[in-house]
Amino acid sequence: MEEIIILSGKGGTGKTSIAASLAMIAGKEVVVADCDVDAANMHLLLEPDFHYSEDFYSGILAEIDQLKCDQCGICHDVCRFDAIPFIDGKYVIDTLYCEGCGYCGRVCPQDAISLNERLAGKVHHSQIRSGTQMVHAKLGVGAENSGKLVAKVKDDARKIAKGLGKDIILVDGSPGIGCPVVSSLSGASLALMITEPSMSALHDMKRLYKMLSHFQIPALCVINKSDLSKDIVNEIHIWLKENNIKCISEIPFDESFVHAMIQKKTLIEYQEKYHTAFTVMWNELLDFLKNNKKNIYL
Amino acid sequence: MSVLNHKKIAIASGKGGTGKTMLSVNLAGFLSKQKRVLLTDLDVEEPNCLLLLKEASVSEVVDAFKMIPSWDIDKCTFCGLCAKNCMFNAIVRLGPQIVVFKELCHSCYACTELCPENALPMQEVKIGQLTHVEDVNLIAVEGQLKIGEEQAVPMIEQALEYSTKFFDDSDIQILDCPPGNSCPLVAAVKDADFVILVTEPTPFGLNDLSIAVETVRIIGKKVGVVINKDGLGDSGVSDYCKENNVPILGKIKYDQRIASLYAQGELIYNKIGHVNQALIDIVSALEKEVV
Repeated sequence: MEEIIILSGKGGTGKTSIAASLAMIAGKEVVVADCDVDAANMHLLLEPDFHYSEDFYSGILAEIDQLKCDQCGICHDVCRFDAIPFIDGKYVIDTLYCEGCGYCGRVCPQDAISLNERLAGKVHHSQIRSGTQMVHAKLGVGAENSGKLVAKVKDDARKIAKGLGKDIILVDGSPGIGCPVVSSLSGASLALMITEPSMSALHDMKRLYKMLSHFQIPALCVINKSDLSKDIVNEIHIWLKENNIKCISEIPFDESFVHAMIQKKTLIEYQEKYHTAFTVMWNELLDFLKNNKKNIYL
Repeated sequence: MSVLNHKKIAIASGKGGTGKTMLSVNLAGFLSKQKRVLLTDLDVEEPNCLLLLKEASVSEVVDAFKMIPSWDIDKCTFCGLCAKNCMFNAIVRLGPQIVVFKELCHSCYACTELCPENALPMQEVKIGQLTHVEDVNLIAVEGQLKIGEEQAVPMIEQALEYSTKFFDDSDIQILDCPPGNSCPLVAAVKDADFVILVTEPTPFGLNDLSIAVETVRIIGKKVGVVINKDGLGDSGVSDYCKENNVPILGKIKYDQRIASLYAQGELIYNKIGHVNQALIDIVSALEKEVV
């Protein structure tokens, strides 16, 4: 099974608009996974039916039984995360800061602390407008373990793809290069980096690419808003060439990205020219998968 | 301007690319005309503030660390308690060896402090670096996570801690936060007096803003919104703010010149009049809301 993951390093480069358009072009060829669980937006464009939802539990949350607690404060002393403050005469767990290490529970002399599974979000399975299946999720407020939720989304997507006999999973990743991104890369065959000609986007793409190289994942590039700065577009091309990365499309800045979004449509449904452009892009991705099947990180 | 004295103002956004760093750097530059400003870049996965402060000179670059256990083979009796105590599977007993997976370690100290033989002393491991730069009236600190390092939170905490030594000499601190709504954001705004959420007037912007407002309110922080690229999208964000009593501190008009200047890494408020005016509005709204 092949997994194409769409990433950007910097946020706001058009990653999700592009991913959703590719999903519409690919149609029933793929199963879609929205791994930007922290700020998921793909569902706003793809009309998911939410036919199946499941609570996602991950990690541990400490809980103090106030009836057993004798306020000795040992838990407070051992907690490295300042998650057990003393408020109104009793020790309480601050659920935002508890990392679930369980240290408090192991040292409590009264056995007053239980370590429970923590509700960390929700996973949804949907049919989307293109007729295919999408797995998406919502992380709980301020929750940890977004990496694990990403892994769950991908895992579900793989199972669905296998069940339906689909060979490709199309993944919308999150910005940055931290734990949700690392998690979304496991099993990836190819990364599509969406950048824009700004100093910060180029800087972020370089950091992203270093990480992709670290995991030996091959990459292609799309330059969005390509008329923003000629100089930086040139700089991007020089850097791409040095690293042997193919730029498969340049898209000039277009307010249609916003107008399409407001109508809850993907670009290809909003304007004919994008239908052509994204068909070309999708074929480039398929070609790459066919001809460059190497460096696949498992 | 006195109500903002010695305040910590966090600038965040659920969605990436809404103009968080643009606002942070321009607000810091704008304020530094009258105040000593401390700017801390907490977007440690992809920090960009320093790219925009070209005039500033680097004073210091130091390594950032987190603490992980190391294994003392001579003291270890292979009781396996450490592996049992670690909730993150960061310590595993593999045959005649105890292996520590540093990426998984949360530095909770349970393994080391509960080891009956003291066979797991904690040691520093590098996770990134801190850069301190100075301009005339502006001090900036950037935390940058090492590539391949997964945990942003310890890096954010160290950037905050490192910044505190400059705080006493500053009149105000601006915190450029990471995008998203999960643990890195919670860590970044922990000590902030006020959180500004930068959004754009689009459905994606609105969706991410509403999650960010919910998160910041649960943390118990005061919050206000700056609408960037105003005029580009629809009225969804303004309607949401009205319905949910979220003050709109100011709006920055959609203007292609902003994107072009920002792309080149230029400051904007001193080149485009309406941006300067927007900052004046934001600061005066902030003064009312912070109290």
